[in-house]
Amino acid sequence: MTKEAIASRYRRSPEALLSLLHDLQRANHGNLLTPADLELAAAHVGVPVSAARDAATFYSMFSLRPRGRHIVRLCASPHCHLAGAWSALDELRSLLGADIGETTTDGLFTLELTSCLGVCGVAPVMMIDDEVVGNLTPKLIREALARHEEGR
Amino acid sequence: MRRIQVLLCSGTACQSCGSEKVKRALLDALGSHGLLDEVQLVETGCMGPCELGPVLLVYPEGAFYVRVRPEDAPEIVGEHFLKGRPVRRILWSEGAPQPHEIPFFAHQKKLVLANCGTIDPEKIEEYIAAGGYEALGRVLTAMPPAKVTAEVKRSGLRGRGGGGFPTGVKWDLVRSAPGTPKYVICNADEGDPGAFMDRAILEGDPHAVLEGMAIAAHAVGACQGYIYVRAEYPLAIHRLELALRQARKLGVLGSKVFESEFSFDIELRIGAGAFVCGEETALIASIEGRRGEPRPRPPYPATSGLWGNPTLINNVETFANVRHIVLCGAEAFAAIGTERSKGTKVFALAGKVRNTGLVEVPMGITLRRLVFDIGGGVPAGREFKAVQIGGPSGGCLPASLLDVPVDYDSLTQHGAIMGSGGVIILDDATCMVNMARFFLEFTADESCGKCVPCRVGAQMMLGILDRIVAGEGREEDLGRLTELGEMMKHASLCGLGQTAPNPVLSTLRHFPEEYEGHIRDRSCPAAVCPNLVRYVVVPEACRGCDACRRACPTGAAQGTAGKPPYRIVDELCIRCGACVAACPFDAVGKEPR
Repeated sequence: MTKEAIASRYRRSPEALLSLLHDLQRANHGNLLTPADLELAAAHVGVPVSAARDAATFYSMFSLRPRGRHIVRLCASPHCHLAGAWSALDELRSLLGADIGETTTDGLFTLELTSCLGVCGVAPVMMIDDEVVGNLTPKLIREALARHEEGR
Repeated sequence: MRRIQVLLCSGTACQSCGSEKVKRALLDALGSHGLLDEVQLVETGCMGPCELGPVLLVYPEGAFYVRVRPEDAPEIVGEHFLKGRPVRRILWSEGAPQPHEIPFFAHQKKLVLANCGTIDPEKIEEYIAAGGYEALGRVLTAMPPAKVTAEVKRSGLRGRGGGGFPTGVKWDLVRSAPGTPKYVICNADEGDPGAFMDRAILEGDPHAVLEGMAIAAHAVGACQGYIYVRAEYPLAIHRLELALRQARKLGVLGSKVFESEFSFDIELRIGAGAFVCGEETALIASIEGRRGEPRPRPPYPATSGLWGNPTLINNVETFANVRHIVLCGAEAFAAIGTERSKGTKVFALAGKVRNTGLVEVPMGITLRRLVFDIGGGVPAGREFKAVQIGGPSGGCLPASLLDVPVDYDSLTQHGAIMGSGGVIILDDATCMVNMARFFLEFTADESCGKCVPCRVGAQMMLGILDRIVAGEGREEDLGRLTELGEMMKHASLCGLGQTAPNPVLSTLRHFPEEYEGHIRDRSCPAAVCPNLVRYVVVPEACRGCDACRRACPTGAAQGTAGKPPYRIVDELCIRCGACVAACPFDAVGKEPR
């Protein structure tokens, strides 16, 4: 779908901005918002480009830099912390060869930390895109990453 | 008529540990025994004991299976469903009592969560069969707006999102505010670490929220609603989208609902990862497509909210309470709870407690009952130390306050807050200074930066705490922390900054000796803070295997192989913990300096 077609599904009103940015970001290979995306979104909802950029830089889920195809978000909240999120982080770092905020060399995964994902009963927890994986062990982390490698 | 009904929890927690696979395995096993017509499998919302997931509940016996694996499915079907012999090894409680006999459930009172775990949240028919949309029908046909707000006022319902503002009063303000159109917003931007009651309600009973919003819209005279839900909750978003489609199709949302003059529709708005958007004015800015930054109040959203129009904002759990007030009446609702805190509250229990998960209790229950009778207490081998209640905006209460009733006013009086309902149980291995620092680091990170007291104040407090846990605290630090905390409380723009110092202030109040230990004795009483502990070898446990000496990078671990005990020379030790990890006999431990 072209970017214009994506935009045409949204109302021409500022309140559509965040949803439109989400969709435009998803449509890009590198999980990012390009300057052209910001211009398109701003023109569509009727705000200055600076306002679109303002929003895009405020929210942690938007990125202006290229990221991997899949975003791995490890929960860094107290429960996960107590339940061993840091061991999971070490495991992720070594499996991906990427640190927090970095992308794997094959461009498949970006590793990020997130605030509470609200599934504290099964801490430590991570999300890969929309999939939640709980009670993390090295084995479960490997399996979850492998599932997303297949779908590349 | 099916012979057996199987309720399988399909909340995010259970899904994340494989409930999908369990479902497929169960269906396979049922198919191979030709039982698909006799056994009904229902996927429900959260049942509560998240840590034990995936869980499933089998009726008519009421057998509660926990930590079910796909491999268990053939046995459950073959033994239990076919031969009537429950599979005891995966039952929660030996002897298979009914769920309400299990202590975790026995002390709960499920009102808001009544449908969570009993109906299929993806089917509006099941919600209607459980009395759903009856309250909306009654309100639209028999109760004019003023009567609805009066009823909600009389019920004593207060906002469940943290503030505790009387809901009926807020509704009245919006109803009487001049200006149209008016809006109703559901705040589903749950973000407090350790709070997940809103997620559970949205996933397990989304229609209850829609119905509550529609009743509110009728009461205040709004025709458009928004649900602002965080992007981190994809399953909740999916179920809300589904619920909205079904509700529109059946005509409980849309124009001329129940053939009345009432028209109301709801749109979803998805967040993008900003904790501060849980604050109402920031949330409104975010819906309008701007940075999610709060603004000074007044004017309150009730008079000037979305696009400058009168706007009602309530939290998920608050809306989910509304239908019960209409159905059972304000008096019956107000009969639950204490004098000034009515109804029930959903809490998320977590931390060092046997049963973690989601529970709903009447207001006014004691902390002791919540932590020990329902939560099962601290796991063996450790002592209860404190309960952290209200998340990063809340505070810590020590063991001496366990008999405090859990209601808005009692908690505030002792330095904690109800907050959204996250409860973290801490044991004696927790350093209170370190814990307070952890929460402050979170709020400092999530501060939007608009106002100086919050942006700079949090960083300054954090700097002082960093010094204290590093063993470089100064005598004047305690006064400084209190002063900064009070300043942030009074001068910050929004709730985030006003409550950010609470974890520090409440630990200063209830655990001053821990701060003093760190500063005066350079010692961490709980032996947590790395610079303030000493590594020691427990002589009786040491076998002289030499593992610690080989692992130690500085030569601090000393001894001769085969001649226990080894020892650790404190002056050489850099506290890297390598010896602890290397010791196969758990003979190396930490103690306060």
